[in-house]
Amino acid sequence: MVNEGPFQHQASDSAYLFTKAALEKGHEIYRVFFYYDGVNNANKLSEPQADDRDLVKLWSALAQEHKVDLVVCVAAALRRGIKDEILAPGFRISGLGQLIESGIVADRQITFGD
Amino acid sequence: MEEEWDEDGPEVVKRFMYVNRKAPYGTVYALEMLEKVLIAAAFEQDVHVVFMDDGVYQLKKGQETKGVNMKNFSPTFRALEGYDVEKLYAEKESLEARGLTVDDLVVPVEVLTSEELKALMSKQEVILTA
Amino acid sequence: MLLHTVNKSPFERNTLESCLRVCEDGAGILLIEDGVYGALDNTAVADLIKKRMGNIKFYVLGPDIDARGLANQTMIEGIESVDFGGFVDLVEKHSATQSWL
Repeated sequence: MVNEGPFQHQASDSAYLFTKAALEKGHEIYRVFFYYDGVNNANKLSEPQADDRDLVKLWSALAQEHKVDLVVCVAAALRRGIKDEILAPGFRISGLGQLIESGIVADRQITFGD
Repeated sequence: MEEEWDEDGPEVVKRFMYVNRKAPYGTVYALEMLEKVLIAAAFEQDVHVVFMDDGVYQLKKGQETKGVNMKNFSPTFRALEGYDVEKLYAEKESLEARGLTVDDLVVPVEVLTSEELKALMSKQEVILTA
Repeated sequence: MLLHTVNKSPFERNTLESCLRVCEDGAGILLIEDGVYGALDNTAVADLIKKRMGNIKFYVLGPDIDARGLANQTMIEGIESVDFGGFVDLVEKHSATQSWL
């Protein structure tokens, strides 16, 4: 679970690097669930400065390469104006139930936040 | 809800713990944590909700939020029982440090010492914090 | 046994203290992000960890240490540095993870 957006807190970067390392070790990532301001990770309208990393694109690339399920919480997203129209590739909007379900199905769950 | 279960979905019952450590209103964490607990109830898991550190302030009686333009969500804690979320715990050390007793709280909770909480937490299979 | 992660500086928040209060002997604690300041020796808060050293296994995320210019600082003896791959291994090795935020 990722609880913070890419431009206020290190949580998204830590989550991304953790996810990447887990995939490189051959683990399966069942789902990455974005909650609270974490939903801002899915905003394709975001334009970081040229010398900054672009986490939105990095997540999308990870989703494409490894088929990682990137789920944005619908309630948290709507509050923050994140809608299907501005969703970066690889992300989908769904309910909080997806978080609970991943906790039930996956062997491990970890939270990155503030 | 839009959940679609496959066969190996809802049969599993895991021990879930929700650890509330943040005060209400100053940040959104307490409110969205409560939303999580309510959704979780629908999955019929073994849910434990813990209040410690400033999280115990979420349960303070007498919250009156009109003056700050926010929704008072403290009555919802009393509704949790109706969702079969009955295992509510508050850490004794956190209550005492804030001069609170169970009489100050909107809902009955089991008070655990940090030693007891330690044992309960280590048995959990999924722990969610905010 | 649980893995605990702590991402707050012990100089600013009580997160590490709370974690230690409910952390069982035998568990692991990984300091990440601003939590890595807690791994430094010769600070006003170093005793928090030193008191539990030997009962709890402490780890620190190396990339966060390097990012903060702490690579040449003295760490509390017994703390093991891991990279993100090591972080993944720790999550796998422990029964569940509690993230102290």
